[in-house]
Amino acid sequence: MSDAVDAHRIAPADRGRDPLLEVRDLKVTFAGRLGLVAGLMGKKATDARAVDGVNLTLYPGEVVALAGESGCGKTTLARTVMGLEKPKVGQILFEGNPLRGNLREYRRRVQMVFQDPTAALNPRQTIYESVAEGLRIHRIHRSGDGLAEEEMVARALSRAGMRPPQRFYLLYPHELSGGQRQRVVIAGALVLEPEIIVADEPVSSLDASVRGEILKLLLGLRGELDIAMLVVTHDLGLAWTIADRVAVMYLGRIVEIGPTEEVLQRPLHPYTKALLDVVPEAGGIDRPFLTGEPPDPTRIPPGCRFHPRCPEVVSGAVKTAGVESKCTGTDLGLVELAPGHSVACHLASAAGGRGSAPPPD
Amino acid sequence: MGMWGLYILVFFVAVALFAPLLANRSGLDPTCACTGKPYQAPNFHFPFGTDNLGRSVLTLTIWGARISLMVGLFATLISMFIGSLVGIAAGYFGRWPETVLMRLTDWFLVIPFLPLAIVLASILGRGLWVIIMVIGVTSWPSTARIVRAQVLSVKTRAYVERARALGASNWHLITRHILPNVGPLIFANTILTVAIAILSESTLSFLGLGDPLSISWGTILEFAFNGGAAGAGEWWWLVPPGLAIVFVVLAFTMCGFALDEILNPKLRER
Amino acid sequence: MTVLSVRDLTVTYKTLAGPVPAVRQADFDIDRGEVLGLAGESGCGKSTIVNAIFRLLPKGTKVGGSVELNGENILEMKLGRLRAVRWTEASVVFQGAMHALNPVQRVGDQIAEAIVIHQQAGEREALVRVGGLLEQVGLPPRRLNDYAHELSGGQKQRVMIAMALACNPSLVIADEPTTALDVMVQAQVLTLLKELQRELGLAMLFITHDLSVLVEVCDRLAIMYAGKIVEEGPAVEVFTNPAHPYTRALAAAFPSIGDHRFRMAPSGLGGDPPYPGDVPPGCSFHPRCPVAFDECSVTDPQLYPSGEGRRAACLLAKDGATLAARGE
Repeated sequence: MSDAVDAHRIAPADRGRDPLLEVRDLKVTFAGRLGLVAGLMGKKATDARAVDGVNLTLYPGEVVALAGESGCGKTTLARTVMGLEKPKVGQILFEGNPLRGNLREYRRRVQMVFQDPTAALNPRQTIYESVAEGLRIHRIHRSGDGLAEEEMVARALSRAGMRPPQRFYLLYPHELSGGQRQRVVIAGALVLEPEIIVADEPVSSLDASVRGEILKLLLGLRGELDIAMLVVTHDLGLAWTIADRVAVMYLGRIVEIGPTEEVLQRPLHPYTKALLDVVPEAGGIDRPFLTGEPPDPTRIPPGCRFHPRCPEVVSGAVKTAGVESKCTGTDLGLVELAPGHSVACHLASAAGGRGSAPPPD
Repeated sequence: MGMWGLYILVFFVAVALFAPLLANRSGLDPTCACTGKPYQAPNFHFPFGTDNLGRSVLTLTIWGARISLMVGLFATLISMFIGSLVGIAAGYFGRWPETVLMRLTDWFLVIPFLPLAIVLASILGRGLWVIIMVIGVTSWPSTARIVRAQVLSVKTRAYVERARALGASNWHLITRHILPNVGPLIFANTILTVAIAILSESTLSFLGLGDPLSISWGTILEFAFNGGAAGAGEWWWLVPPGLAIVFVVLAFTMCGFALDEILNPKLRER
Repeated sequence: MTVLSVRDLTVTYKTLAGPVPAVRQADFDIDRGEVLGLAGESGCGKSTIVNAIFRLLPKGTKVGGSVELNGENILEMKLGRLRAVRWTEASVVFQGAMHALNPVQRVGDQIAEAIVIHQQAGEREALVRVGGLLEQVGLPPRRLNDYAHELSGGQKQRVMIAMALACNPSLVIADEPTTALDVMVQAQVLTLLKELQRELGLAMLFITHDLSVLVEVCDRLAIMYAGKIVEEGPAVEVFTNPAHPYTRALAAAFPSIGDHRFRMAPSGLGGDPPYPGDVPPGCSFHPRCPVAFDECSVTDPQLYPSGEGRRAACLLAKDGATLAARGE
């Protein structure tokens, strides 16, 4: 296993470059639904606050993993970045310019890779048509370096590891394996030469032995083409394998963000610690974990949104530190406790992290 | 089963196409010298017997196939066009267009077909194209509902999402992704609708709302009924057009179901 | 005491394209109080083994070898005996608990049904036992009056576990029991299963594609590839020190956080698992194997001993060493 892509590694949150994508105070809500009876009884539906105030920056060539339980809003955040959901409040800035109205140009430069490649390919389109679709939508007949459509498709397919590309042109998705289909989806994104790829659980539907190859491909693209990536995943092991930075989401908010090594090896938020505790490890089953069900975005608790499940509250550590009233009463944002490592936790703030908090940028 | 339906259909379509070769058109004209005595039972000369004007029922049935199939086909085209348009628009755009279009569909769906068709036919007058219009305009709602349901399901597929993320316009999404995946369903539905349209045409003609100048299976039945064929035991006047209707409708239905089975991925699962 | 003993199990499906061998000479035992993990990718034959144990294979499927449950060969049982054995001696916890419960029947009645069908109790007595079962799986007994939609995913899976335990089986098969569940709930359900298994001394066959879950729950692991068991042995040792290159590739798909060998270095296998009807000659893994040599394309390796209580079907393991020991 010496084929580490060390050469492609960049400094986490490369502050020497301008941010490529910025998400500011983003909120996305979904209208609540009520049963007939409840509706007749005059109850009001509560909106689900899927994304509830997220700030996130993506630098060129950087891989950021968005992690959390299902229902934490990570997929909604990714879809909103893609312009597939409309934010209720907040802005998305691309190269410093807020997105509004016509997303056409933005949609060429920001591409998406889906969880289930079988569903993401139209069963009635050939591989060639699927890959060329982006070019046709954007009426690109010749690439910047003078390639014709067919040459662009061939280049995208071989970059995605489908070689020789011509062999696959006339095949249909059902004639390929799961891993190959995901490569086709990636080729369909690459053909537009994007600067950002948003990947929603890019390998979770693939066979275990194939996953590594797809991740290797994504990392290779970052190294070769300097594409930034936002990877949505429930698997912290995957984040450890490919991400420069990890953002942990809980109930619509980022509760901890920082360099992968920092967040996963020295987590500051009790929720991150709990997530790490449930990562299966050889030999250890008797480990603490959070009880209760995944949180409900229609009922966000006051104060720190994690406090009803927080093991630090249960263990009394919060009381000892004298922040109990804050935890149950004061909502809080991210505070940078170590360089590039920010946490939304009263207890961690009270403890001061592991050093003085430099001013946030 | 579908194959039998197809054989029957091919037979009737051939009869309609080659009508001029199979029977002399002038046989429809009561003044033609080729007519025989009225009310003849089937015999060597007139295998299906003759009607009240001495015309060969075989000739009438052969030429009737043309009108009946033509009306069925054109009425279905109109119905499919409206139904697909309404279904796709409602399913794809959602929100208020869907509400408006589906209420309209429901309205057409609950209006009893026959009275509406009778009213329309009597207002617009009697004529072949009127019949086609009337059937087309009244038979689209079920298509619209089926198409809308399919569009709603196709719309949420990940490949539509992917195309949207690629920056595709509504037009691109509808023509490249929605339509190809709804198309087979529309096609299978077309076949079934043709059967209904032919039946409707026969009904309307039988009620005397058809075009009196063009002979269809329905008009033959109307003439026979008015001529008292049922009471007088002149079965040969009623049975050939009646059986023709039954067989064609059956054949279209059989083909429709067979197609549905072939094209519907849910039924095709291996 | 051996609860389940599978010998030379071979399952060949009949398809339009000809016979498709799904399981080839599978061989394993599960003792009382032991958990065996069966890992492999989609299409490797692990679900076929479950169906063979319960004799739920489609008609026309050829089954060879023997499956002995508490000393009786299931494959030769009369149908009446088979029905009696299902659930009372061996039961299953399926994946997708979401759909396995009848939405219009109270969950308590559904569990009681199994008890009543097997004539172990009258209806009232059965319901009392259901209350106890629910308590055992960590649900308040009053939940037996609930309908499926009133339960969360994790609670439904608990109900399924209670159902599997209803007739005091000696063998429980867990078929991807946590696949559809969220990480946190998955940990809860796994812990519960492990606790119950220990408490009741159950023999358990645990099936999943997620090797990291298996390592945590199982005593021993069997890795399947293209219908064959390619490696078998104590769970932690197989996972951390594989003797078969396929096991090593699978294990690498579940990196250990904090281990810098995995950092920015995803590893996987090229190619795809073979279609069961089109398995390559020789070692079925050789086209994807990073350490294959000439003989691999000719000789189909047997399971060779590869250490204390371990076997591996790899020509490299013939001399009884793991990959790491040989410096591969």
